[in-house]
Amino acid sequence: MRKKSSTIKRRRAKVRRSDFYRLRLYIAGQTPNSIAAIANLKQICEAKLRGRYVVEVVDLLEKPQLAKGDQIIAIPTLVRRLPPPVKKIIGNLSKTESVIVGLDLQPVR
Amino acid sequence: MTRARPKVARPSLAKAPTGIQGLDEVTGGGLPKGRVTLLCGSAGCGKSLLAMEFLVHGAVRYGEPGVCMDFEETEEKLRANVASLGFDLRELAKSKKLLVDYVAVERHEISETGEYNLEGLFIRLGHAVKAIKAKRVVLDSIEALFSGLADSTILRAELRRLFQWLEDHKLTAVVTGEAGEHTLTRHGLEEYIADCVIALDHRVTEQISTRRLRIVKYRGTSHGTDEYPFLIDREGISVVPLSSLALAHKALSDRVSTGIPALDEMMEGKGFFRGSSVLVSGTAGTGKSSLAANFVSSACARDEGCLYFAFEESPSQILRNMRSVGLNLERWVRKRLLRFHAMRPTSTGLEAHLASLHKLIAKHRPRIVVIDPITNLVSPSGTYDVKSMLMRLVDFLKVQEITSMFTNLTFAGDPQEGTGSAVSSLMDAWIVLRDSKPNGRPRRELYVLKSRGMAHSREPRELIVSHRGIELGIVLRDHTLDTTVTSPTAVASAK
Repeated sequence: MRKKSSTIKRRRAKVRRSDFYRLRLYIAGQTPNSIAAIANLKQICEAKLRGRYVVEVVDLLEKPQLAKGDQIIAIPTLVRRLPPPVKKIIGNLSKTESVIVGLDLQPVR
Repeated sequence: MTRARPKVARPSLAKAPTGIQGLDEVTGGGLPKGRVTLLCGSAGCGKSLLAMEFLVHGAVRYGEPGVCMDFEETEEKLRANVASLGFDLRELAKSKKLLVDYVAVERHEISETGEYNLEGLFIRLGHAVKAIKAKRVVLDSIEALFSGLADSTILRAELRRLFQWLEDHKLTAVVTGEAGEHTLTRHGLEEYIADCVIALDHRVTEQISTRRLRIVKYRGTSHGTDEYPFLIDREGISVVPLSSLALAHKALSDRVSTGIPALDEMMEGKGFFRGSSVLVSGTAGTGKSSLAANFVSSACARDEGCLYFAFEESPSQILRNMRSVGLNLERWVRKRLLRFHAMRPTSTGLEAHLASLHKLIAKHRPRIVVIDPITNLVSPSGTYDVKSMLMRLVDFLKVQEITSMFTNLTFAGDPQEGTGSAVSSLMDAWIVLRDSKPNGRPRRELYVLKSRGMAHSREPRELIVSHRGIELGIVLRDHTLDTTVTSPTAVASAK
């Protein structure tokens, strides 16, 4: 079952709702920044959120109408949709500390 | 303003008409087509409304759908703006004439984690433009991005890229920017927008607010560098295109009756020149308004449209007063040949008055205009701006070949003292009314002080105003203000 946007399957482990992260990364084509962002994100998620995250990558070149909903103007933009509140950070995610602070990544309690 | 014609014909710059009254005139056809125009001004000066009007008219009148990227106002405000122009935003969106994308940029939401660009903005704009095949774009106000994004280097580079993108896609764009302290816009957008810059101004002096528009720059077009007053009213924005004109109006040789046969007699038997300006000055109660009303009444009888601007009395007052001198003006009002427009001179800025005047003249196209009185407009305490604007109004009337009459209240003394030279030089004809009391019997007198281009009688005549109307009496001999030597016997023998 192949999907256009890639999703990383989560492990079937018991995770508290408040610890589960649903992230959406907006890119515009396979530009160096976008590729870097995807790679950086994977790294950070595996390091800090192992087993309790889902990342959805949205390519606005293919689906421009999705830019409006999350008010995207910068590319790449990473949106934390869950847990609330919604948080948005822009850039290729190379500054790891900024990503952690920006997304407010909490360790598991 | 006249320049020597160049030997090589210059390609004319294509323009996108704005549909805003007066603005297309002062810009010589509209905004530069396929280019970016910068609209700058302080908060509340009318930038958003002007930009919106440009879009709405483009979509509705000129068949050019438009997209608005709105960075600041809420949907409510925008809908209200569009509604004020008489349109429904939702209807326009449904009929694919106008699309709005509300771009929210909030600083606290966004932290920057590395390299980025604003491709998302481009994608949204491109998507909207494609959806309705837009030809016009408004970015209002793009400076909001500066408060949202920390990295101004990236932002500036992207703005440059955005304006280039707009040109590449042949879109006529209007970008609004907040006025800066020392620069035209707070963040210096004028560096990137080279083709056309328009500045709006909203000043409050002595509790009266005036709005002005100035074309700071318009590449490829010779434009007036003056400030033009403009109004914002129920129909949107109207700019008064009064520019410093060369004295280029034609001299007409048609004549128009003064409304009083005896006065026509004094002016070569024919009356005023059509398109000329007539000043009627006199002290209080000498019959100036009656003369003006009479003039208007005779014009209406010839089926000529008249506009009467009243600065002192209400139209119903005027109608009542004129009834007492045998003038039935109501019938002309009913037939819409005579239109009154009354306003208090202190109600708004004088520029706004002149702007209203201009708008009404453009709307109704009268052949005769009366302004009664212009006293406040030409008072010695008036500023130079107002006087020069009056000059331009008179010029405008002449170019339109409208015969105009102005009444002016003077105080006892030489009429030339009461009326500044700035005004009298504008007037082609000058009729003076005054009281005198020869032998203790008070009466009114009229004489023609000047009338350019014709042989006119300078002899003073008695002005008789009764329920039968206005008539001129006998010629009075040897006239000076204080002493009149006519005695009853002389009067009898003159008859």
